[in-house]
Amino acid sequence: MQLQYDIEGGNFTKAGFASSEIKKVLKQLNVDAATIKRIVVSSYEAEVNIVAHAYKGAVTVVIDHEKIVMQYQDEGPGIPDIEQAMVAGYSTASPEVREMGFGAGMGLPNIHKNADDLLIESEVNKGTLVTITIYLKQEGGQ
Amino acid sequence: MDTMTIKEICNALQLNVLAGSKGLDKRVTGGYVSDLLSDVMGNAREGELWVTLQTHRNVMAIASLKDLAGVILVNGQQPDADMAEQANKEGIAVLGTDQSNFIITGKLFQLLNS
Ligand SMILES: Nc1ncnc2c1ncn2[C@@H]1O[C@H](COP(=O)(O)OP(=O)(O)OP(=O)(O)O)[C@@H](O)[C@H]1O
Ligand SMILES: [Mg+2]
Repeated sequence: MQLQYDIEGGNFTKAGFASSEIKKVLKQLNVDAATIKRIVVSSYEAEVNIVAHAYKGAVTVVIDHEKIVMQYQDEGPGIPDIEQAMVAGYSTASPEVREMGFGAGMGLPNIHKNADDLLIESEVNKGTLVTITIYLKQEGGQ
Repeated sequence: MDTMTIKEICNALQLNVLAGSKGLDKRVTGGYVSDLLSDVMGNAREGELWVTLQTHRNVMAIASLKDLAGVILVNGQQPDADMAEQANKEGIAVLGTDQSNFIITGKLFQLLNS
């Protein structure tokens, strides 16, 4: 199964929409609750990073029996130093974004904690591709 | 320990229902206090009541994604119009108090652990 949602840079009123759609689908597929929680945290943080830091983007989600792979692709400033971006507390969020309670520098660490695999590829002044993989377990299944 | 509903907590702590009154029967398993959204995303758990001074719509997006029981706005804060609208749509209660996060959290902790 494949899903795709556009994500608008700068538009915080829509932030979380893609994640909430993904969550609905996973519930319909009867994925176990603990795994859904990890997927939701990872997808929300990657989605909001496009809203907060990039100009525009999209997520492509591929779900099979074994795993979910979410690819967050954006056009934006890119990340010059990915290792530094992964450090908890590191943030380049604007004052306006921080005032809303974003910009704690916890988003990427949250993804790292919840995903089975996280791959970040980025080119400065072009954009970023964040690939998140989480293995699935069916509710009540093995 | 028996869990309390939002409505019971509202009555006990004299909180105002500011939005999402359809969610008053939800059960509360605990609380989480933070104004940093990624902190709540990473650390709050299902069924918790979120104490914050953030009043925008993203609060409801997180409350819904995390299956939180509800939100308490402190210091007399009112939800923005789109936050209230989203709370009503999702059926997640937004409660209000004039008290500070310190005071209301202390009372909530005592109530939930008594
Ligand atoms: N898609 C992106 N495009 C450009 N820069 C990004 C992107 N995602 C993350 N970054 C950079 O990495 C930093 C750390 O990201 P992280 O999600 O951990 O924290 P944050 O978004 O600043 O704050 P929080 O997630 O706690 O609200 C960001 O401040 C930004 O500099
Ligand atoms: Mg972030």
